[in-house]
Amino acid sequence: MAGVRVLVGTRKGAFVLTADGTRKDWEVSGPFFPGWEIYHVKGSRADPNRIYASQSSSWFGQQIQRSDDGGKTWEPVDNKFVYDGVPGTHQWYDGTPHPWEFKRVWHIEPSATDPDTVFAGVEDAALFRSTDGGKSWAELSGLRGHGSGAAWMPGAGGMCLHTILLDPVNPQRMFIAISAAGAFRTDDGGATWLPINRGLRSEYIPDPHADVGHCVHRLAMHPSRPEVLFMQKHWDVMRSNDGGDSWHEVSGNLPTDFGFVIDVHAHEPDTIYVVPIKSDAEHFPIDGKLQVWRSRSGGQEWEPLTKGLPQSNCYVNVLRDAMAVDTLDSCGVYFGTTGGQVYASADAGDTWNAIVRDLPPVLSVEVQTLA
Amino acid sequence: MIRVVLPSHLRMHANINGEVVLEVDGEATQRSLLDALETQYPVLRGTIRDHVTKRRRPFLRFFACQRDLSHEPMDAPLPDEVKSGSQPFLIVGAIAGG
Repeated sequence: MAGVRVLVGTRKGAFVLTADGTRKDWEVSGPFFPGWEIYHVKGSRADPNRIYASQSSSWFGQQIQRSDDGGKTWEPVDNKFVYDGVPGTHQWYDGTPHPWEFKRVWHIEPSATDPDTVFAGVEDAALFRSTDGGKSWAELSGLRGHGSGAAWMPGAGGMCLHTILLDPVNPQRMFIAISAAGAFRTDDGGATWLPINRGLRSEYIPDPHADVGHCVHRLAMHPSRPEVLFMQKHWDVMRSNDGGDSWHEVSGNLPTDFGFVIDVHAHEPDTIYVVPIKSDAEHFPIDGKLQVWRSRSGGQEWEPLTKGLPQSNCYVNVLRDAMAVDTLDSCGVYFGTTGGQVYASADAGDTWNAIVRDLPPVLSVEVQTLA
Repeated sequence: MIRVVLPSHLRMHANINGEVVLEVDGEATQRSLLDALETQYPVLRGTIRDHVTKRRRPFLRFFACQRDLSHEPMDAPLPDEVKSGSQPFLIVGAIAGG
């Protein structure tokens, strides 16, 4: 029987949550790597037993962990991320030049076709690739050397490359996003990059329409329609119909258009999900009511989804990598909170249940649909 | 014989129980001790000192014989008590954060 495996990264370890296709009864295993920050855990679509985890610590640095048995056992494979050439400087918070320094891996994106090929988005922002299952990493330095790198500056969480979208049709095309530089696209396998931020408007930078400098929180794409992208920006929910060449706002009737996550229904390319957060100063839901908002029209018209979610005294946040969907017939939607809850919906968001309630703060949620 | 005590995170990471015992070739210094430690446990490379610069990671300290050796030169000889194994070389995580 089909099932799902939810991979959860937290501030103090990783957890693996499994269920059959009904998604009613859950088995929780972990913590793996207890005491370490697990920014992201993601499985390979080419080999679901191959899972990569980013394990880090301010004390002991970065590790990449790999499992070849679906998350039961793990081995550290490498931790050496060295920028290509002389790293140079980017802007610091006060506008002064600051040397590029590797801090951690925020996001791991395995290739859809080769379990040994995997990309890593890191802080300070850069993109790395491994073609040997994580045993060695090389920077795709065309991104950082794009020319605007010296003008990038960190968001509050650090200057992180947090989103990597691989185009399922065109293997030469991928999209990444950096907080707070913006979104970029390559059409030549990562050799050269183009900022794709036209149409974004950010009042917190000197030129609100600048080519770079936008605090993009997350990008999402439906695999059947890779030219359509959705974005949760610092403020504003945005949509592009041309692979990022231009963007228009689709925040519509959202109660606030600040937030971190955005994701797309597995079978309905125009059904998208966000979790509105009150503001950049108050990182929690409005009025203590945790709500997922769903649009079935690709944005602009939104409905709140509240059944099973706390509607009073809830002041958690949902971080940028902490939402995922499964591909079962009735699409499952999952998200984790800074309060340690992981919520699941087996009916595309209509109703929700907490799989677990008391994990450490959740940094990331991914899901694997198992045959 | 040199005894090294690692913080619990690194013991767990390297599957180490208790102290590490090292044989260090030549003069025993912080550098030669860490070289020997990383040779015996390659998974510790990059966790105590930077891969490239070989500088101690900022939130780690080196203690021995009730002294803070963190700012001693990397090639300075270790105390005789550490060289003889009567005192351990302590690698300690700074007290910070939750």
